[in-house]
Amino acid sequence: MNGLTQPHNLPGRLIVVEGIDGSGKSTQLQLAMRYLQARGFTTFFTEWNSAELVKAVTKKGKKKQTLTPLTFSTLHATDFAHRLVHNMLPPLKAGMIVLSDRYAYTAFARDVVRGVDREWVRRVYNFAPRPDLALYFNVPIEVSVQRLLAGRAQLKEYEAGMDLHLASDKVSSFKIFQGRILKEYEGIVNEYGLTEIDASQSIGAQQQIVRGLIDKMLDSYIPQAQETVA
Amino acid sequence: MNEIRYVSHKMPYFPDGPCTGKLIVIEGTDGCGRSTQAEMLRQWLEVQGYGVTDTGWTRSKLVGQAITDLKQGHSLHRLTYCLMYATDLADRMEYQILPALRSGFIVLADRYIYTAIARGIARGAGEEWLHDLFGFAVVPDLVFYLRLGVEDLVPRVIEAGKMNYWESGMDMNYGDDIYDSFVAYQGELIAQFDRMAQRDRFVTLDARQDPDVIQKQLRRTVGQYLQSQPQTAVAG
Repeated sequence: MNGLTQPHNLPGRLIVVEGIDGSGKSTQLQLAMRYLQARGFTTFFTEWNSAELVKAVTKKGKKKQTLTPLTFSTLHATDFAHRLVHNMLPPLKAGMIVLSDRYAYTAFARDVVRGVDREWVRRVYNFAPRPDLALYFNVPIEVSVQRLLAGRAQLKEYEAGMDLHLASDKVSSFKIFQGRILKEYEGIVNEYGLTEIDASQSIGAQQQIVRGLIDKMLDSYIPQAQETVA
Repeated sequence: MNEIRYVSHKMPYFPDGPCTGKLIVIEGTDGCGRSTQAEMLRQWLEVQGYGVTDTGWTRSKLVGQAITDLKQGHSLHRLTYCLMYATDLADRMEYQILPALRSGFIVLADRYIYTAIARGIARGAGEEWLHDLFGFAVVPDLVFYLRLGVEDLVPRVIEAGKMNYWESGMDMNYGDDIYDSFVAYQGELIAQFDRMAQRDRFVTLDARQDPDVIQKQLRRTVGQYLQSQPQTAVAG
């Protein structure tokens, strides 16, 4: 029994974006949120690794480099659980639209590459409801590296997977690490039926596809909050 | 040589190879005299010449303090509660328990996954999920359960002034006031321990007995077990 394979019965809708760093998924989600708001829907945004509850611990562990693949994984699951309970489930129960930048699939890809058991991490996230729309932004490594380095001077330690000792410099390590994550995502896309989007296209072209998918998904959606007001 | 066995999911990067140490667990509700017994057992084992390291909940460097802090704020949901405890054990597993077992120590755990599972169930988490979550844990070689019924537990805990918010399961609204809640919550924990004790063949000891009598029983069982194991048998 797995929550991610069963449709949820909540009145709201859950949209999630997935992809490696530099895939442009966050940009696409922001634009999708603007679109939904312009259409008059109430939206809620949440992102990976952002709960105050665990942030301090993760930060401390990263700084002291004492996080192991396993504690890295359980801490991210704690963060996810906290945000699910506090930021996602209430708006979903109230019939609103929740937008999540990364979801359980990020753990299935990243944590497994870091070394945790593939089946174990899926079972740990058993409590996660299945998204109504899960978009996977597929991008070649070279493109993502260029995007990231254009936006900021340096790659982050854990983002480049430096803790795995794959290469001595961050760019080489990033390429190997994200390449492995990309491979995991390929399996996840099929396993959980994520909708794949070619993220090497222009921002506008991708957003057009995203909005088309959102429109289709919203066919069956009745915004409860608005109904009760009217 | 023994291989280390895991509850259900060995992490692929966890080391393989022989394990010469032993994991001995003492379980039981608060107020059953667990910590005193563990300390006495440790001293006795050391006198016998065994290397002993002890461990217990919220003692991890990573999240031990964080859990204590979070419990002040009452903001823990059952999912985050269980996941924080899993992080605490994972950290201790990798930095303390596994290295000690591999180098031949006896690891004495003052409470283990069974406490976390019982508390999780009492808070409404699914048992299967809890087993999966703690699937990375090492299977203990011996589990002692110091059993105390609610009727014997209540006066002890009141006397010690330890009837607090969390030990009473007040976060779950088990009862109207802290006393009613304590009785209902601890009753549920005991029911879970009883069930696991039977299923996983814990050595159940009657915690109403005199502490010296309990310690004698612990030592006899531990001594016999260690003598029966080639790695830990003491000659002569």
